[in-house]
Amino acid sequence: MSGTDMQVPKRKKSIREISPIDVYKSLPKTNCGECGEANCMAFATRLVNGELVLTDCPPILTDANSKSYAELSILLAPPVHAVQIGTGEYRMTIGGKYVLQRHEFTYHNPTPIALDVYDLMPEAELLERVRHIEEFSYNYIGRKLVLNAIAIRSCSNDSGTFGSAVRKIAEMSHYPLILCALDPEVMAAGLREVGERRPLIYAATKSTWKEMAELSLTYDAPLAVFAPGDLGLLRSLVKTLREYGVTDLVLDPGTFAEEGLSDTISNFTAIRAGACRNFDELFGYPLLGVPLTAWTGDEISEDVLKWREAITASMLLSRYADLLIMHSMDGWVLLPQLIWRFNLYTDPRKPVSVESGVKTFGRPGPDSPVLITTNYALTYFTVESDIKAANLDCYLIVVDTGGLSVESAVAGRYFTADSIANALKSCNVAALVSHTSLIIPGLAARLSGETEESTGWQILVGPKDSSGIPQFLREHWPPDRS
Amino acid sequence: MAPKKIDIPSGNEKLLALAPQLLELLKGVNQVELENFTMEIGDLELFIPAFGSMPAQGASSAGPATPAPAKPTELFRESYKPLEFTYPGKIREVTLGATRAEGGSRSKTVTIGGATTPAYVDGLHLPPHLPVIALDVFDMNVSLPKVLRENVGDVMEDPAEWAKMNVKKFGADVITIHLMSTDPLFKDASPATAVKTVEEILQAVDVPIIVGGCGDPRKDADVFTAIAEMADGERLLLNSVTLDMAESKTLERVATAARDHDHILLAFTGLELNNAKELNRRLYKFIPPEQIVMDLTTVALGYGLEYSFTIHERARYAALMGDEELAHPVISAATNAWAAREAWMKMPAEYGSRELRGPVWETVNALTLLLAGMDLFLMMHPAAVLTLKDVIHRLGKPGSSKTDRIEDWVSVRL
Repeated sequence: MSGTDMQVPKRKKSIREISPIDVYKSLPKTNCGECGEANCMAFATRLVNGELVLTDCPPILTDANSKSYAELSILLAPPVHAVQIGTGEYRMTIGGKYVLQRHEFTYHNPTPIALDVYDLMPEAELLERVRHIEEFSYNYIGRKLVLNAIAIRSCSNDSGTFGSAVRKIAEMSHYPLILCALDPEVMAAGLREVGERRPLIYAATKSTWKEMAELSLTYDAPLAVFAPGDLGLLRSLVKTLREYGVTDLVLDPGTFAEEGLSDTISNFTAIRAGACRNFDELFGYPLLGVPLTAWTGDEISEDVLKWREAITASMLLSRYADLLIMHSMDGWVLLPQLIWRFNLYTDPRKPVSVESGVKTFGRPGPDSPVLITTNYALTYFTVESDIKAANLDCYLIVVDTGGLSVESAVAGRYFTADSIANALKSCNVAALVSHTSLIIPGLAARLSGETEESTGWQILVGPKDSSGIPQFLREHWPPDRS
Repeated sequence: MAPKKIDIPSGNEKLLALAPQLLELLKGVNQVELENFTMEIGDLELFIPAFGSMPAQGASSAGPATPAPAKPTELFRESYKPLEFTYPGKIREVTLGATRAEGGSRSKTVTIGGATTPAYVDGLHLPPHLPVIALDVFDMNVSLPKVLRENVGDVMEDPAEWAKMNVKKFGADVITIHLMSTDPLFKDASPATAVKTVEEILQAVDVPIIVGGCGDPRKDADVFTAIAEMADGERLLLNSVTLDMAESKTLERVATAARDHDHILLAFTGLELNNAKELNRRLYKFIPPEQIVMDLTTVALGYGLEYSFTIHERARYAALMGDEELAHPVISAATNAWAAREAWMKMPAEYGSRELRGPVWETVNALTLLLAGMDLFLMMHPAAVLTLKDVIHRLGKPGSSKTDRIEDWVSVRL
């Protein structure tokens, strides 16, 4: 990005400018292999690729190497500080971003989604909601997508009520907690209950920064900074809190879901661009988005409120939010967020294909169906999960289409009558089954004639979506031989 | 032709008035009992490219802050001055449709493109032309998800009425007529029939028209050439020309027809910037760059939307940094969102009704790509259209945040 600015403190190297040699120079160079890599150079390469972290090298953690460790920590530190919320196995890390745009490197630490509860909720309702938060999940191509944390809001603004609600929730759940109370007295009551669990303290404001900073230091808990719509104030608070000794900060520049949406998007962008492009340290902290604020307006229709919250959340996921607090528990609101988060945090540098060949499901025999698909990973995993869910006994041939889906592989001529014939031959499918019927994807229907000619097999055109495979087999298998 | 600015058809009041309409749209569909359906994906530009795994990265232990010896007692005063980023490149401006004075018959034209920064990086550099929305019309009865069909069921047999309804009722800026019946695998309708359909659409509505082919490089060439000639001077957007056409030796014919009769070409490639550049280079031989719009492929959320998102971010950034072969406006077929099973399939109750899941899927698909710099969307569901218009409007209003609205969100009772 070209351009000028007045706020560059000092030039730090971007992760893309750091070479393995830069890292190797400070490693022990003993090639001990304790990290699991062949040698220190291999470790350095994976380190600058973001595939390993410095602490994966045991020798660098010894006293003898403390100077090198400190140097490398500074060299490799992401421009957006990584902040940990919670402890032990329930700890989550937010932020730790190296780049503004995903394709420049890859994004780390997928945005946790916290759902809110509040201290005036009747106990039964609280229990039900916490259970719902913990149990909500979606199986997406074999991965379990879940919600991640609980934000406890103080509506009572009363220390006793808040402390008691926090205690109840802590008893119910091990999930990482966000304590939301703008009065430091109320916050202190909550921290007395769960201080050792390292909850996120929400929040330090213009008027409470000192008291909240003391609480953050006392409990060694991360601190959110709330300066709605005022980046100058946000910077002032961050600067002051850093000087105060608070190291783990989280930034909330305010989420305006309706009026002010423009400011929300540009503030999030300005903060992240400042950190990643200009290495502005005051902006180098995780961003907190609060789509829940969609509920603070005058609108009374719940469906419209949920709709607004859903679209605000999805935009903030794309625009750099490192943590979200939401209210709607509806699946149609949450599902797009969970899936988009998963997608956005995949590594754009990783191969997108699975190995070609023939895969076996269940216990197929000589009469079992033979299906064929492409080696685009998502295509394969979708077909695989549908076959498994239906407990089918069958063979699935995976053709190397260079990682393209069925439709684009047909269009790009990677999935053709010839490539299908070659796959049948190279997988020696004729030896696996006693029939010669092949089920091709519905999206490759136009290949059926040519494929019959090139293979001599009977071609059955299957469903366009693999969720239809079980029904297709019920209706069309075994096929009539003409 | 000089690009013209069009008015953005919405004041604040008007949008507020839309809220009940959104409510109605969301509620109205709640009561319908639905069966699963078979989706006709042939006409959608469905494309599923790629996939990776989610890395987890531990926290770095290096903290940027060093505790000062004495704790501050007063707030430090730090200023904030927005960073001013400038780029050498600029996205070309392309005008769709032509008025009578300009040689066509439209009463409205639409200009897209012109961006000089990435989309919505700040509130100060708004795009000179706000993104616009085209609504789909099909020339034959296609099987659509029920959630979509119930809004258009009455007009599905009559493309002209369908187009009128899209403009009047749902606020379409542009109409896309998909000539699915020309597909040799369906009805193999003749170019003459297609010409007649497009004539009817041109007469039915006065907004610019996008003409969608069937994807067969030879048939599309015949159809587009005939339509280009009939609609001389109308600045139709022909959707689309491809490298397949180059291979079938039909690209030159379509491109020169578009040039001679003053139409726009949509250059379609599958998530591969080198292909997009190559196709544009081939087109430059026959037609001015100001008559080219790009479709880099829109994939459904859950099926590879991240590839669409990232390729658009890369393309736009490269164009702004000076790559003129990518400095064209871009369109997104947000309708492709409906290819995701999560959009149309009946699922357990905890995932909500598909009457809401479907429209939100299309909306999220479109909003995600809006942030990547989209200039024009092809859409279908009215609630998604309404939301896009609302968000585009709001993103054009910097400085309208009201702090008191959210400063007490922590204690709000819900």
